[in-house]
Formats: sequence, C-alpha cells, structure tokens
Amino acid sequence: MKKIKCNIKGLDCVNCAIELENSLSKIDIINNVSISFITGKLIFECDKENKNIALESIKKVIKKEEPDVTIEEV
Amino acid sequence: MDKKMINKLIRIIISFFLVLLLLLINFDNNLINIILYVIAYIIVGYDIMLKAIRNIIRGKVFDENFLMSIATVGAFFISEYTEAVAVMLFYQVGELFQSYAVDKSRKSVAKLMDIRPDYANVYRGDEVVKVSPDEVGIDDIILVKPGEKIPLDGVVVDGVAMLNTVALTGESLPRRVKVLDEVLSGCINNDGTLKIRVKKEFGESTVSKILDLVENASSRKAKSENFISKFAKYYTPIVVIIALFLAFIPPLLIENTSFSEWIYRALSFLVVSCPCALVISIPLSFFGGIGASSKNGVLIKGSNYLEALSETEIVVCDKTGTLTEGVFKVQKVNVNKYSKDDLLKYAAYAEKFSNHPIALSLKDAYGKNINNKVITKTKEVSGKGIYASVFKKDVLVGNDKLMKAYKIKYEECNDMGTVVYVAIDGEYAGNIVIADKIKDDAFLAVKLFRENGVKKIIMLTGDIESISKEVAKKLDLNEYYAELLPQDKVNLVQKFMQQKSEKGKLVFIGDGINDAPVLALSDIGIAMGGLGSDAAIEAADIVIMTDEPSKVASAINISRKTMMIVRENIVFAIVVKVLVLILSAIGVTSMWAAVFADVGVSVIAILNAFRILGVRE
Repeated sequence: MKKIKCNIKGLDCVNCAIELENSLSKIDIINNVSISFITGKLIFECDKENKNIALESIKKVIKKEEPDVTIEEV
Repeated sequence: MDKKMINKLIRIIISFFLVLLLLLINFDNNLINIILYVIAYIIVGYDIMLKAIRNIIRGKVFDENFLMSIATVGAFFISEYTEAVAVMLFYQVGELFQSYAVDKSRKSVAKLMDIRPDYANVYRGDEVVKVSPDEVGIDDIILVKPGEKIPLDGVVVDGVAMLNTVALTGESLPRRVKVLDEVLSGCINNDGTLKIRVKKEFGESTVSKILDLVENASSRKAKSENFISKFAKYYTPIVVIIALFLAFIPPLLIENTSFSEWIYRALSFLVVSCPCALVISIPLSFFGGIGASSKNGVLIKGSNYLEALSETEIVVCDKTGTLTEGVFKVQKVNVNKYSKDDLLKYAAYAEKFSNHPIALSLKDAYGKNINNKVITKTKEVSGKGIYASVFKKDVLVGNDKLMKAYKIKYEECNDMGTVVYVAIDGEYAGNIVIADKIKDDAFLAVKLFRENGVKKIIMLTGDIESISKEVAKKLDLNEYYAELLPQDKVNLVQKFMQQKSEKGKLVFIGDGINDAPVLALSDIGIAMGGLGSDAAIEAADIVIMTDEPSKVASAINISRKTMMIVRENIVFAIVVKVLVLILSAIGVTSMWAAVFADVGVSVIAILNAFRILGVRE
C-alpha cells in the first residue's frame, strides 16, 4: 500500500468535500480516502501498480460529481 | 484575497448599492423596480444560479446552490423583491467570508510551518551549486550561509554557528553547534558558515517528516467532525421536505389563508437548510487547534487525538528522560580491592556497546578511548545489567538483582541515585553511584496537568525504589511504580486503562524509543524530544519537539479550548437554526431571520473558531 497525496482545488464548501469523499471511497482499489477542505489535500492509499488506474478513476468520479474540481499529485 | 474573491466582493458592493438605491427612491413604475431588482440579483447571484442548474441536471437536489436559488427565485414570485436580492446578497457575503477565513487560516498555519527549505548549496567538486534539496544525496557536503535554512539533516564538518530552532521546537533560545554536532533540517543558521555532511535524503529528513505529519493530521477526523458530517447528511433533506409540506399542505387545510404566505415560510426554511456554518467551523477549529499546538512545539497527528486529549484523566509518565534530565553523571565510586580508575575502566569496557543512559555516563566518566579488541563477549541481562568478558576477566555490571542472580556477595550501598555494582571474576569489586536530576520543567508540568483536569499522575520506571520514591515525592505524583521490566509497564498500563472512567483518556509520555508497546496501548501515546528520533515520530500519536513535559500540559490546554469552541459552535448553530425554523413555521419571523440563521451563524462560528489560533502558552 502506498500513500498518495494530491492537491485538490475548486471545492466550494466542506459539505461538498465530505460528499466527494464519500463517492471516492466507493472506488474499490483505493483505501482510506480523505479530503481536507481546509488544507486542500486529497490523500488515499492504493497498491503501487494500481496508482495510475486509481488516479484515473478518481478523476472520472470528480468529473461527474464536481466538474470544477481539479487534482494534481504532489 | 485572490482575484476570484475580489471579483465577488465587487459584485456584492454593486448589488448592495443598487438595492439601497431602490429602497431610497421607489420608482413609480413597478416594472422598472422589478427590472432593477432582477439586475441586482443577477449581478450578485448569477454564478450560484449556474451552479444550481448544473447540479440539478446531475440530480443533486439538496445542493446548497440549488436551495438558495429556489429560495430567492421563489421570493421574487411572491413579490418579495428586496428579500430575494438580500438573501442572495448575504449568502454571497457569507460565502466570501468563508473562503477568506479558510484561506487566512490555511496561510497562518502554513506560516507556522514555514520550515520547508527551497534550495541547498551543495559541493560538486570544488564548486558550490544551488540545487533543490531533493537532489542532494547522503554524504554530500552542503554549505549553509548565515540566514539560510538548513535543508537536510546532517553532521557539521566545519564551522560554528548559533541555530534558531523556533520553527521546529517553539523554543526561542538559539542553540550553538560546532564540528561533529548533529543538525536538523528546518533550523535557521543565525550567524557563521557551516559545512554539513548530509545524513539523510530530503524525503527522510526532519522537515519532510514534520510537514507530512501536519498535513496529514486533518485526515484523521475527530468524533465531533463525524457527528457533524452525519448531522448534515440528514439535516438538509429533512428541512427541505418539511418546507415542501409547509408550502402546500396548510393552505389546503386552513381556511382564509394564502398560498404566498405559506410559500414565504417554506422559502425561509430553504434558506436555513444549509448546514454550512456547522460543517465549516468544526474542522476549522480542529485545524486551528493543531496549528496552535505546532506553534508551541507539539505535533499532533490527528484531530481525533486533539479531541481525546481534552478528556485526559490519567497521565502516565516514564521517569528517565521525561521527568528527569536523563543525563546520568557518576557521582561517587566506592571500591573494593581495585582502584577507582580501574573500576571505572572495567565498567566502561563492559558497557561499551550499550546506549543506555547509565552506560553512557560510565563511558563518559572513564573518558578514554576504549579498545574493542579486548572485549570478547557481552551479554545483556534484561532489567538487571550486563555480563562481559573484558581483558580476559568476567565482568558483571548492573543492579543488585544481577549480583543476586550470579550469587555475588556485595555490600549494599544506600546512596541516593542509581547504584551500579561491579563484580570481576565472580568477586565483588565495588560500586558506582550515578544520579540524575529532576527537570525544572517537570514541576511546572505537574502543576499544569492538575490545572487542566488531570486526576492522576503516575510514574513508571525501571529504576530502583529509593530514587523513584524520592522523585515521586518531590514532584507530588499520585502513584509511582519502580523497578519495572518492560513487560511490567505494559501490564500496569493495561490495568490503568481499566481503572479510568468510561470517557476519561489515558496519556502515556515517554521517550518513544523503548516504549512502542505502551505507546500503542494507551489512548494517546506521546513521545518527547521527537526531534531527530524517527522511531519516536513513527510510534507516537503526539510528538513533543523539545524535552519539556509541560508542553503536554499546554497541548491539553489547547485541546480543551478547542473542544470548548467546537461545542459552543455546535450548540449555537443548532439552537439558532432550530429556533428560526420554528419561528418561521408559525410565521412570526421574516426571511431576514433566516438569513441570519444561515450566514450570521456561519460568520460567528468561524470567528469563534479563529480564537484558537491565538492561543499561546
């Protein structure tokens, strides 16, 4: 398991962050998803070899739920 | 303020003056009035409308943009023009304030944590090159000039300087370093030029570890945060559904009442239905609390620990290095047959490979180089001491238990301090008295613990009864347990965990190196002197950067203040919202009260949360 951190931009409110977090936690290959509205960080864990697939699926969910939101791995 | 916020501010101001103008000069022509109100409305709220439309297409019925749009458009339809624009106006003011507040607190915490070095001056051949700290490898030599941040952990190979460690430790007194001293990344070189041999890559350096820890802290959510998320999940749908009933049912049942009257009440409900005040102010408070703690040199790994800290009931401390300085000095050497120097020599040789504080002080007192070749065998006897073969002699160095275990006839020594007995070739050779000092800060810590609601302070130590008793008495501790082996500590902490009350929390404070099982077992494990010790940072829930136990007490104080503010915000927001909902339902208030219940409460809760950042011990 590898911990991956992203900056997340464009969220409107804490509630949106919580909702997005809930939607992201439904993705199978990732664990312990957490979005902090205040620090603007998205943190999750996944297997190393799945990292790119994980990022793609996260982006897909974000595109559907919050099209204004962008993420960028740090 | 960034561009987006300024843009919003300008729109708010224009719209505000337009509404003001309309209130002062009422045009005779109603149509002109309406058109101007609509213009004011569109200026301030078009982005909300757009978002609302987009979200509703995606089926998000309980989206706050959508609810606000419905509430305001509805107000237009029942000819409440001023209210319609005002609700949108204030909603935007609230939003603006919210993003300003979040931005501000993010920045102020980032400033507290402004320890990330931007570059490193590294020697490549004879040349000094400025590179990113990532590009520096282990054993590279880096140059740190006056005023620069030390970018990576390492050892000084040339130069002396005073280091400012305030960003790491909260300690404002600068520290002097010279050749062979270890230095940590994040310290600022006040004067002097240092050449440093790098010991750790940037990712493993203290700075990275600390930043990582603080950034991740908000991902471990406190119970109150989870409560609020859950509350928000049910609150909005319930309020919206009641609003629907309110709009359509009573007008059908009650005679002599108008639809617009009840729709007005329902619209007020929609305005209050946004849970934002709560959901923003709670994590903001925790974030502030964690920020304030870091400023004081206390790193908290999660909001959950900050929350738990406020309920501390029992504090269990390790003695050595926590309550006492942990620096043992040889005070006295009592000999039998051998000379004092010889006795020290055998003891120091036997302890050569041990890093126990007692071993260090023995080696320190001996003071000469130790030739490893004459040490042919060493064996540690857990909790008792050490056996070694030195200069072809069998040497035993340890406490009375060791002497008893090997059936050595020894003379008991009752001096204050740790008595190390030495036997050579099965014969008692003398003893060495080593003593430690109670930290001045420990007295303050005990006082502050009690002031912050701690009921019991317990000391655990592997040290002997007489010393422990004296330390416990001087510090006025509730209980102490001496002469413990590591597994005894685990058993005792297990017992204390059962003794405490249901809500109370047990805090264990240790040096974090040998305490991993106990740290894991307690509700909150705190490691002291976390600077430079990876094991401690790893194992503990909270890391104290300096070696002052009183920092734990100030962290408890901050946590209690944080929780107080969190509770105030929860109660205040819920009470105001429910009250306004009831008053709107029976029709004794206007939409203005609803605006207050939404935006006003949000602003007040955020301002309240901001108080934490100011806390400084």
